[in-house]
Amino acid sequence: MPISIQHSLAIIAVTALCTVLLRAFPFLVFGGKKEVPKTVRYLGDVLPASIMAVLVVYCLRNIDFAAAGHYLPSLVSCLLVAGLHFWKKNILLSIGLGTVCYMILVQAVFV
Amino acid sequence: MENMRSKKEYIGFAFRQSMPVMLGYVFLGTAFGLLLQNAGYSFVWAFLASAVIYAGSMQFVLVSLLTAGAGLLNTALMTLFINGRHIFYGLSFVEKYKKMGKAYPYMVFSLTDETYSVLCGTKVPEGMDENKVFFWISLLDQSYWVAGSVIGALAGSRIHFDSTGIDFSMTALFVAIVVEQWQGARLHFPAVLGAVCGLIWLVVLGPDEFILPALCSCVIILILARRRMEPDMGKEEG
Repeated sequence: MPISIQHSLAIIAVTALCTVLLRAFPFLVFGGKKEVPKTVRYLGDVLPASIMAVLVVYCLRNIDFAAAGHYLPSLVSCLLVAGLHFWKKNILLSIGLGTVCYMILVQAVFV
Repeated sequence: MENMRSKKEYIGFAFRQSMPVMLGYVFLGTAFGLLLQNAGYSFVWAFLASAVIYAGSMQFVLVSLLTAGAGLLNTALMTLFINGRHIFYGLSFVEKYKKMGKAYPYMVFSLTDETYSVLCGTKVPEGMDENKVFFWISLLDQSYWVAGSVIGALAGSRIHFDSTGIDFSMTALFVAIVVEQWQGARLHFPAVLGAVCGLIWLVVLGPDEFILPALCSCVIILILARRRMEPDMGKEEG
């Protein structure tokens, strides 16, 4: 271990505490006895779709267009997943084949 | 009618729902465990970190914080920065989780990107208690993550399997969920808004800093657009 046990534990504890505080924030603010504000209820309905789209961008944030091998594996595999899912609506099939496709592309095609 | 499904049925259904997460969590967890072990920490530490922190990308940063012997203030700021997006997930579940009784704190604690996505996409079958389904999915997801971490720390260096690219399963999960929501939604504006805000802020701020501004702009624009959205939403909710 590079540092003392106490210091390691303290770093893990602080990370855990900050993470759970972030996750608990909306519940601490809106989760009391009072009724949930209408705006929050509305956001609860519409925000997930926005968040998912942002998360896709987040997963792809590190691709660049300097060489085909930097962006084609992700883009091709994402299109495959989307296409499969539109067609078959089977989440395991979409994710499984998409991931296999990506792995083959990064390991064997664009090396 | 009171639903009397057995615990086995609940776990079985939750297991099928959580399978997409299993693949990614076991492999990413293994990568984390291996990394932590290489930094000089045994599997006990991997177990501890995955049990109490339970945040994928942050735990990879944690390894570098540990090896650098980072200060606690620095650790706190890094965590708030990297996990800031988690603030938004609870908004969808405030009302639901309030009624969850004993499981409430755990449900809040375990709301990761992936669990959030799966729960948003889960349609609970007739006769099943949604709270129980949600609880089992959340618990199974974390167990995959913890199991992966421990496996990685114990056996990581002995696994001879080129898993390069397996982390794409998380991207694939989010893409599939976007498609699923797209097909089920009457209004496509929120999804398009998310993609546009994400891309604009990514171009403006770069990969490390774009996600919080992107999520904030989505929230602000959705609130501003509420009047125009709600007449259609009433029907959709039904």
